Parts: sequence; C-alpha cells; structure tokens
Amino acid sequence: MGPMKLTAHPPDHRPVRTPTGPAGAFAPPPARPGTRRRPTSQQWAAWAFLTPVTLYLVLFYAYPLYRNLDLSLRDYTVRSFVQGNAPFTGLENYGKVLDDPTFAPALLHTVVFTAVCLVFQYAIGLALAVFFHQNFRLSATLRALFLVPWLLPLIVSASTWSWMLNSDSGIVNALLSTVGIDPVNWLTSPSWSLTSVIIANIWIGVPFNLVVLHSGLQSIPAGLYEAAALDGANAWQRFWRITFPLLRPVSAITLLLGLVYTLKVFDIIWIMTKGGPADSSTTFATWSYQLGFGNLLPAFGPGAAVGNLLVVAALVFGLLYIRVQRKQALS
Amino acid sequence: MNRRTGRTGWKTAIGVLLTGIMLFPVYWMLNVSLTRDQDMRKSPPDLLPLHGTLAGYRTVLDEQLPYLATSLVIGLGTVVLTVALAAPAGYALAKLRPRGGGLLGFLFLVAQMIPGIIMAMGFYAIYLQLGLLRSVPGLIVADSTLAVPFAVLIFTAFMSGIPGELLQAATMDGAGPLTTFRSIVLPMSRNAVVTVSLFAFLWSWSDFVFAGTLVNGGAHEPITLGIYHYIGNNNQEWNAIMATAVVASLPAAVILVLAQRYVAAGVTAGAVKD
Repeated sequence: MGPMKLTAHPPDHRPVRTPTGPAGAFAPPPARPGTRRRPTSQQWAAWAFLTPVTLYLVLFYAYPLYRNLDLSLRDYTVRSFVQGNAPFTGLENYGKVLDDPTFAPALLHTVVFTAVCLVFQYAIGLALAVFFHQNFRLSATLRALFLVPWLLPLIVSASTWSWMLNSDSGIVNALLSTVGIDPVNWLTSPSWSLTSVIIANIWIGVPFNLVVLHSGLQSIPAGLYEAAALDGANAWQRFWRITFPLLRPVSAITLLLGLVYTLKVFDIIWIMTKGGPADSSTTFATWSYQLGFGNLLPAFGPGAAVGNLLVVAALVFGLLYIRVQRKQALS
Repeated sequence: MNRRTGRTGWKTAIGVLLTGIMLFPVYWMLNVSLTRDQDMRKSPPDLLPLHGTLAGYRTVLDEQLPYLATSLVIGLGTVVLTVALAAPAGYALAKLRPRGGGLLGFLFLVAQMIPGIIMAMGFYAIYLQLGLLRSVPGLIVADSTLAVPFAVLIFTAFMSGIPGELLQAATMDGAGPLTTFRSIVLPMSRNAVVTVSLFAFLWSWSDFVFAGTLVNGGAHEPITLGIYHYIGNNNQEWNAIMATAVVASLPAAVILVLAQRYVAAGVTAGAVKD
C-alpha cells in the first residue's frame, strides 16, 4: 500500500510520489494565464476564512513566544511571576545560563543526542526501506506494523523502556546475562543514562525515516535498476550508484526535519531519567524545563533563556529545511 | 509464479523477524501488564505470561477511568477545534489566492518548529494570569497548537486538488464562497478531514508536555499524567503501570488497524510528532 495521495482527484495528476513536504504544499501554485487578477470580493472572502486562524496564530503562538522572551529578560520570582512586576534585567539571565556549570554538559549532550539519534534513525530507516521496497509477501503489512512505535504515546514508550532497562529486573540485563555480560545500570549510572535515552529515541524515530524514505524509493524508476542489472551491477553497486544518489533530495528533507524534531525531544528523556543522574543526560530541552518547573524554587527567567536558545537553534535548521524543500518543489 | 513465491519466502521470514525485534518492547509491555506481583522481580523474567493475571487491568478500571475519560474529552475537543480552524484556512489558501497567503503558510511552517516546552512555558505564564491553569478547555487550546499547522498544510494540499471548474460552476449558479465551502469543498475533502482528525486526536491523547505543565494537580488530568503519577510515586506495581500503558495505546492500535492509509499519508506529508 503506497502513501495515499493528497489530491482529491484525478490521481494521475501527481506522477512523482515523493513526499509532499510542508513547504512544497505552501509553495505558490503556478499561475495560470487568465487567472492572474485577484478580484476584491474574493480577497475579502479569503481573509474572512483566514481570520480565525490568523488570530489563533497571534494569540497562541506569537503571544506565548513573546511571553517567553519577556520572561527571559526579567528577574522573575514566584511572587513577581504572579503579580507581573518583575524588574527588567536585559540579558542577565542569558549570562547566568552561559556561566552555569550545567551549560557545557547540556550543550554536549544535546549535540551528541541529536547527532547519534539522527545517524542511527536514518541508517536503520534506510536499510529497512530498501528491504521493504522489494515487495515480498506481507511486506506492506509488516511495514505498517513498523509504525507502531511512532504512534504510541511517548509516555508509554518511555515507561516501557524504563522497565526494560531496569537494573535488577529488566529484560535487557537478563538477556545480556545469558551471553555472559554483567548487568548495566542503564538509567542510574551517569555513564549510561544518555545511551539509554538515545536507544529509546532511535526506536521511536525509525518508523518515520522508514516511511518517508520508502515513499522516496518508489519515485525511482524501476527501469534504472533493470538496466544496471543488465550491465552486471550487483545489489551493493546498485544501492550506492542508483538508490543513494537519487534518494538524496528525500534524504536531505528527512534528516533536516529529523534534526529539528530531535533537538526538541523532551518527553522521553524527562520520563526516563529526568536528565539525571547528576545532569548526565540533560539536554537544553530538559534543562529548560528543570529550571522552570522541576525545582521547588522555579527559575523562570533562566529557564526561558535556555528555551529561547533552543528556539533559535530549531529555527535556524527549520529555515534551512524550508529552503531546501522549496528549492526541490520548484525544480 | 510458484518460483517467485519460493524466492521471496525467505524475505518474508526476515521481514517477520525484523518486525518482531522492532515490536519486542510492545510485546514486553503486554507481557509485564499480565505478570503477577510476586513474579515481577523474578530473574530472569518470564518471557511468556504463563501465570497471567488481570490484576493490573483491574487496577486500571478502578483508578484510571477518570483519566481516560478526560483524555477522550480533550482529544475530541482538540479535533473539533483543529478542523474548525484549519479547514476554512486550507480552502482560502488553496482556492481563493489571498494576498499574504504565502506568508501565512510560511508562518505556520515556522510555528511547527517551536519546541513544545517553550510553548508550554509561555502558555503557563498566560494561563496563570487568566486563571486557566488546571482547566480542560485551556488544555484543549494548548493541545490544538500541536495539530493546527499540520492540519492547515493537509487541507491546503488536499483542497488544491479539487478541480477549479467545479467551484466556478458553483459560483455561476450564484453560490457564495461560504456555500461553496460548505456544500462542495468540505464534503469533497472527507479524506483530509479524517487524516487531520486522526492526528489531532492522537497527538492530544499522547500529549505529556502541556498536560504536565498546565493541568498537573488539577481535578481533571489526562491519562498521560495518570501514568506519570504512577511511575513518580515509586509505585512498584509495574503490571498496573504497563496495563495502563496498554490501555493508553489502544487509540493508536485502533487507528493503525482501521485507518492505516491515512496514517501513511500523514507521515509522508511531513507530519512529525515532537
């Protein structure tokens, strides 16, 4: 079963089955001759339809973001948080955060977590996509089952992994002991906690990579493989000479989008380790939450400052993603 | 034909094996949910629930039903709000060519990139002032921010495919934009409505970040917090925790079985969970 086409009909108007990325869908439709003018009444109607969602965008995205920026620029205490009269302190919170001993480890963990998750999710997803692309019996059904980890609530995945990785009663240590490996304190040892949350997050991210890359594979003409096979290319050569190069646009999109979404992973880490022990699995996302909500005495200002650094990082890569996506939609 | 089946049989076998490995954690959740308390700390653990018990599920029925009901209400509320906001927007962006529509679409893309915890912190500050903390409608609005940008995208892409001639014919017959939207565009967009509703429901059902910050400790908490409190209380009844997790996974399972093609469409359309 291929991906459902997003056009109403007729289906053959969309010959290439590459994923319709967000930027592609929003790219301006090619102007047809004769429909260039925009009648005024239609403009009014259009904006009448768009008013609710525009208000919504301002109230529920722009305003929370503004409030967050405001939080990061003032010296908030619990009291002034309620009363709303905290003194303006400029970039002091950002300075505090940069000097904090947690900053360097949080930065390192964020980079390691994001990079390792991306590499493994992509590699495993691609290998599975190529495998399932062969259309054997049950391949569509099995591929659908691979979506399960992606659909489960994160709290379900995180608590299941927590119990599987439990030092004393977890199945993982039990399996390791059957091959003679000593039990590992997956979640309670500072040297393993980051690895544990990375493993769980890779598991969750593989299905997305599989599905998107698989739909990318379907747009590669089968004739190319047949020609290559006639020329005597083996499966390995066919992958590196045809599949991988032709999949590059889809790969770029998958990786960039994965990057943006891995940067902000919070639930998994928080539920499994709370960023601990001793900050050993703290990332910017969990640190920000820890500062704002995790302590008895909340530090809203610094928490918001860390959060805003994360927003900047996510937006830089997000805009890059949109650029790449637009370029591909136009070419 | 026979030769072909014989040749691909081993691939099916490998496929089943790989799927089995991938889904092992899901099996393990089921297995633990059926394990008796006294077997929970057994080493090595039982691979099959041979001494299965439904005690964990009984606990779910006793303790978690209010959480599940709250999640259902929040999920349905999010679906209604999301479709009501996004479907008209999709129609306008796809068919009415508004000035500034491109910018609006771009802003929605950017909105999707904002990390959830940052949104949660902003919502917390606002709700505190408005007295909306620990309220179900407040959480519905917050949860809808997970789905609205995606929904606008799906509706825009889908409605672009509706033939312009059809809408022009309606205009010739004297139908205004509202009538056209209600009686032609919306009925033809049934697939998009289903896709959007599924994801909006699933995301709000699964939401932990907004729930944890905005309704924690309130009278009505969703099931994600129900599970979180279970773990947080140093609860050792892992069969009950995992039974709750199994029940909380049911919507995902139902959706996968009944609406798989919509899910695949949603994923490839750039649908991404945060």
